[in-house]
Amino acid sequence: MKYTKDHEWIRMEGNTGTVGISPYAARQLGDVVFVELPEEGKLLAKGGEACIVESVKAASEVYAPVSGTVIRTNTMVKDAPETVNADALGEGWFFKMEISTEGELAMLMDEDAYKTYCEGL
Amino acid sequence: MTNLKQTKLHEFHVENGAKMIPFAGYSMPIQYPLGILKEHLHTRAKAGLFDVSHMGQAFLIPKDGNFETAAGFLETLVPADIKSLEPGQQRYTQLLNEEGGILDDLMVTRLGMPEHCHWIYIVVNAGCKDDDYAHIRTHLSEGITLRINNQLSLLALQGPSASKIMSGFLPEAVTMPFMNSLDTLLKVNGDNLLCHISRSGYTGEDGFEISIKHDQVLKLAKALLVHDDVELIGLGARDSLRLEAGLCLYGHDIDTSTSPIEAGLVWSIRKNRRKTGGFLGAGRIQRELVEKPARCRVGIKPLARAPAREGTEVLSQSGDQIGVITSGSFGPSVGSPVAMGYVQQKFSKIGTKIDLRVRGKAMPAKIIKLPFIPNNFYRGE
Repeated sequence: MKYTKDHEWIRMEGNTGTVGISPYAARQLGDVVFVELPEEGKLLAKGGEACIVESVKAASEVYAPVSGTVIRTNTMVKDAPETVNADALGEGWFFKMEISTEGELAMLMDEDAYKTYCEGL
Repeated sequence: MTNLKQTKLHEFHVENGAKMIPFAGYSMPIQYPLGILKEHLHTRAKAGLFDVSHMGQAFLIPKDGNFETAAGFLETLVPADIKSLEPGQQRYTQLLNEEGGILDDLMVTRLGMPEHCHWIYIVVNAGCKDDDYAHIRTHLSEGITLRINNQLSLLALQGPSASKIMSGFLPEAVTMPFMNSLDTLLKVNGDNLLCHISRSGYTGEDGFEISIKHDQVLKLAKALLVHDDVELIGLGARDSLRLEAGLCLYGHDIDTSTSPIEAGLVWSIRKNRRKTGGFLGAGRIQRELVEKPARCRVGIKPLARAPAREGTEVLSQSGDQIGVITSGSFGPSVGSPVAMGYVQQKFSKIGTKIDLRVRGKAMPAKIIKLPFIPNNFYRGE
């Protein structure tokens, strides 16, 4: 599992990455009430806007951790946005993507680095 | 966060896990560990406890000891009928400027205590209180004193369980009429605490607002929180509760550009005052009552799941901008997005189809009757 500075995570299986936001981010957001997912087939550039996550108080952007193409989205977070708060690392995933530039993964933080990063915030 | 004021319950909030944010110059709890959604739902199901001590509390005292003197003065600044208030009775109104725009909305109470039933007690918004007091002072008649009380805290207990809970401290609370008050002693853990308690609130639920001295508010707050049905509620849920209840938030749904007629608050101006005027801004109010204002406040229901927030453009079906959203969020009790805003008069009919420009896209919505959920104000028996 790899993390970005904006608190997105990506879990790789072969060339497919599953993307979500960390429990830290979910806690900061508060209760999630709406998620706008990208369309299947959408091309994402690393750091580009992939989703919108709305809490009661505000809307936040979720950025693509690496470049690629969206191949599947998670209807569960569409129908039950509270899943993001309940299980941010598991059932609360947003989308799966075919990544295009494997080298970009190396620029992300591993779990320990991310933990340290959060402690410093 | 330097130079932020704190209420007397600041430490209490922090001890209870509050997330504190700056609001109107105060460090206030936006939410507690329960979270905004659950705090909101809990208030409508049981009872929520709010610290609203940041709001301004003041008194208008007529030197001649006659209530009519104080009421007559206040009636020059607000459109509500103040003279007809019975001792203990409370009313909602607005301070208007010369142009008929709203400077603030406030609660006005004629005190019920026999020795003080010529006094008027006002509660104003935290963000406006300094300006409100200055405004009142500018217009103050010779025979009236404005006494600001900075030694009082203010709590609100709101929800269906509030009455039952309050009765443990004050048996008469159960049958107190809505929009009435008592100045009395609450029995709290063997102590008798003097307070001003009114059956009022800003959530659409039954409940009470309690004004009590700074050095006693913690004792009362702790005693209330001990009750199984009570949870601490932050400003986040307070906002979603009042929005579902169709209630205006100053600085958002009402401001100096809006008149009470545009804002749909004509119900707070009695017929006699509509006719005779005699308050700042009366000209515009009377004109708008006859000619109808160009725009009016409406409830807006986004038809999809995306919330539409303050500032969102409201469009007609042909794509022209016809208004703007002034408050918008997700309504936990409604289970969907809710909003309020202003639209041109001709688009204000209930059921009118509109679009909202959210993130560059036109999203369907409709004009809906307020409140979004029925209110539960105490109606006796």
